[in-house]
Amino acid sequence: MQFSGFRVIKEALTGHKGWKPLWRNPDPQPSYDYIIVGGGGHGLATAWNLARTFGAKRIAVLEKGWLGSGNIGRNTTIIRSNYMLPGNEPFYELSMKLWERMEQDLNFNAMVSQRGILNLAHTDAQRDAFRRRGNAMRFAGADSELLDQDGVRAMYPWLNFDNARFPIKGGLLQRRGGTARHDGVAWGYARAADRLGVDIIQNCEVTGFRIENGRLRGVETSRGFIGAGKVGVAVAGSSGRVMAKAGLRLPIESHVLQAFVSEGLKPVVDGVITFGAGHFYVSQSDKGGLVFGGDIDGYNSYAQRGNLPVIEDVIEGGMALMPAIGRARLLRAWGGIMDMSMDGSPIIDRTPIEGLYLNAGWCYGGFKATPASGLCFAHLLATDRPHETARFLRLDRFARGLVIDEKGMGAQPNLH
Amino acid sequence: MLIPHPLLGLRDAQEFTYLGDAALLNRPDGMAEGAAEAFFDYAYLRDNPAGPHRELWFHEQGDRSWLVVTRDTVTHEILGAELARDVALAAKGGAQ
Ligand SMILES: Cc1cc2nc3c(=O)[nH]c(=O)nc-3n(C[C@H](O)[C@H](O)[C@H](O)COP(=O)(O)OP(=O)(O)OC[C@H]3O[C@@H](n4cnc5c(N)ncnc54)[C@H](O)[C@@H]3O)c2cc1C
Repeated sequence: MQFSGFRVIKEALTGHKGWKPLWRNPDPQPSYDYIIVGGGGHGLATAWNLARTFGAKRIAVLEKGWLGSGNIGRNTTIIRSNYMLPGNEPFYELSMKLWERMEQDLNFNAMVSQRGILNLAHTDAQRDAFRRRGNAMRFAGADSELLDQDGVRAMYPWLNFDNARFPIKGGLLQRRGGTARHDGVAWGYARAADRLGVDIIQNCEVTGFRIENGRLRGVETSRGFIGAGKVGVAVAGSSGRVMAKAGLRLPIESHVLQAFVSEGLKPVVDGVITFGAGHFYVSQSDKGGLVFGGDIDGYNSYAQRGNLPVIEDVIEGGMALMPAIGRARLLRAWGGIMDMSMDGSPIIDRTPIEGLYLNAGWCYGGFKATPASGLCFAHLLATDRPHETARFLRLDRFARGLVIDEKGMGAQPNLH
Repeated sequence: MLIPHPLLGLRDAQEFTYLGDAALLNRPDGMAEGAAEAFFDYAYLRDNPAGPHRELWFHEQGDRSWLVVTRDTVTHEILGAELARDVALAAKGGAQ
């Protein structure tokens, strides 16, 4: 079933009786050429790319819960490519370009909205750092604009410019950044992959790996053994505990990040605003809710829920930046479990076990990476060579002293 | 979360800062054979368990002691707390 304007009108006129489920619900086959563990955004995008870009057949995605129940359905949906380091920026810019054509590629409305992302600067040093970042972005083919205070005032006159500690001095604007509908992204990839014959198997938890003489033979699951030529693991915040089943220790800790939604309001924030100095960022959903977040809770967690102190801290940040937020009621708060890698950057690489591949360490920024992560991981699985733009995202970079410390806070763990 | 400080009783977790896995108490010997590998392992690799986890918390806004706290990472339940000093001394074979 192809979506189109004609189809929408036809269904509207005939009582919406013609819509079908977006993907099949098949039982697992005894074996596959490729198994992707984790039915989140990255896993589904990988499966779709394997089928579509690399022409692979016999692909399955195994998801322990229901599709999209992990971080893809829990994040604050910001997409951007305002990174700085050579190991990162070209990768995120590739992702941005893939976002720009995703809806055509998938024939699915993922509500990709390039409403612009503005990072606020509060000191001269921060503004200089943003100038440098903006230049680095332009070197990688991305767009960036440095705004002075008047430029920011013209966009958002109601921000608190005269905050005693963090007066707003300007900002770095990426107009091509914005948001996308997180569930829509998962559903779009799932449907497109399913249409190319990928088996999406829900409620199927990988509980172990069958490894013979250093070579992977398949996976043990809650629905029995499934043989596999190659297995790619893309389980976001569960990478530590899933890879432990294959006997690997990773440079990763799992942490909880919370997010919040206010009651629906009239349009007030038409882009994305980040207040790095106060650990707060906000956008407004199409339903009108302010979607915002801040810091991680700060200790290892697999709980998928956070604690009150961070809620308080985030909301203090919000009040400092946009005092009007104090009049809005908080509707919901939730948490997601993310990998925190030891340099804050992701990993797309082979593992020491032949046939086992890893996509991990996305920290709190992996949603924007979804399309490029899927492309690069599929490239690695299909060709056994890293994709050009992901060649720095190696697993052994910590041992070799090649960490990608995007935050520029030194090459040590505990950056998070 | 409330942390049962061995000397001060229940304290709000907000008074503490978190360092991570308590295995960090066992710093490798920089002069030993294979020190580079040992330090890579020490600095970067983690067990990252889902369940009970022994971890270091610093009572920064309190008595400035280091604690080894045992906490369930799935439920956030705190199962115990000891002075890191006692744990380190016990590992060396008792008080000196
Ligand atoms: C609150 C919050 C806000 C965020 N905001 C942003 C943002 O604004 N912009 C941005 O770029 N990023 C953001 N992120 C990060 C982003 O959501 C993640 O990095 C990204 O979604 C991770 O990739 P994924 O979609 O594949 O993960 P997931 O959707 O978590 O997919 C992993 C899947 O693996 C499954 N799984 C786990 N173990 C097993 C097993 N043993 N067997 C089978 N399946 C298993 C899980 O059930 C899960 O569905 C945010 C994260 C959080 C938590």
